[in-house]
Amino acid sequence: MSIWEYANPVRFLALSAKVQPFAWGAAAIGISVGLIWGFFGTPDDFRQGATVKIIYLHVPAAWIAINAWIMMLLASLVWLVRRHHVSALAAKAAAPVGLVMTVIGLFTGAIWGQPMWGTWWAWDPRLTSFLILFLFYLGYIALWEAVEDPDTAADLTSVLCLVGSVFALMSRYAVLFWSQGLHQGASLSMDKQENISNVFWFPLVIAIAGFTLLFLALVLYRTGTEISLRRARALSARMEPRA
Amino acid sequence: MIPDLGKYATEVLSAYGVSLLLLAGLLARTLRRGKSARAALKQIEAETKRHGKV
Repeated sequence: MSIWEYANPVRFLALSAKVQPFAWGAAAIGISVGLIWGFFGTPDDFRQGATVKIIYLHVPAAWIAINAWIMMLLASLVWLVRRHHVSALAAKAAAPVGLVMTVIGLFTGAIWGQPMWGTWWAWDPRLTSFLILFLFYLGYIALWEAVEDPDTAADLTSVLCLVGSVFALMSRYAVLFWSQGLHQGASLSMDKQENISNVFWFPLVIAIAGFTLLFLALVLYRTGTEISLRRARALSARMEPRA
Repeated sequence: MIPDLGKYATEVLSAYGVSLLLLAGLLARTLRRGKSARAALKQIEAETKRHGKV
């Protein structure tokens, strides 16, 4: 039994059908519990007031925005090295999900930044690399749409994904590279001293788990859609000479 | 029912409102596209079978 067995679309779809009910259900529970607990059941922060409640959307969305690109990078590398179509289609399927999460991260960040920093936006290393990541998502999706041959599109988007991964990593680690800018360090850390208070930590971790499972469910479903579209195109092409 | 958000009510409620709308839009678009793709494939598979090309 090897992971490469799931490069076969039939096997991938069979596994996906088994995983999806759990992923959708657990995502719904995780997001509901995390957001409801965070919104209704946590106190205001002594400095940030009620705006701290934005953390339950902002951090999970930014987490997925960055990690979706990392997942796309891994899938693109598999495509470039082993030419498995399912991996290229999984990367394609993940991009719109990552894009929406990036938009949520940017929007909630701006709306949180205005009352706390006195500005909607600052050319801070972390914010700027996150904005560039957003532009890479747009470029990646546009490139898939612009190139007619799916294999060529997969090649070109994979290379774009490799380049964009620099900005995905910078969005995460810019705070450590440059000790400048408005954005604070990580809200969650292996080092307990750096973590936010437990009262905010528990609902935040549940919300992050919910968003991660939603990402998994969406990518599995969307990859199934891409596989269906690819098969439909192949069958149509086979029918055409007779028409 | 809604907790007292003080002077930041607009910021917090709009962050939640817009984010949940975006997530709902993504979900709706994903399911609609998936449904139509699967229906189209079923139809083409049926046609292909009729023409004996599978």
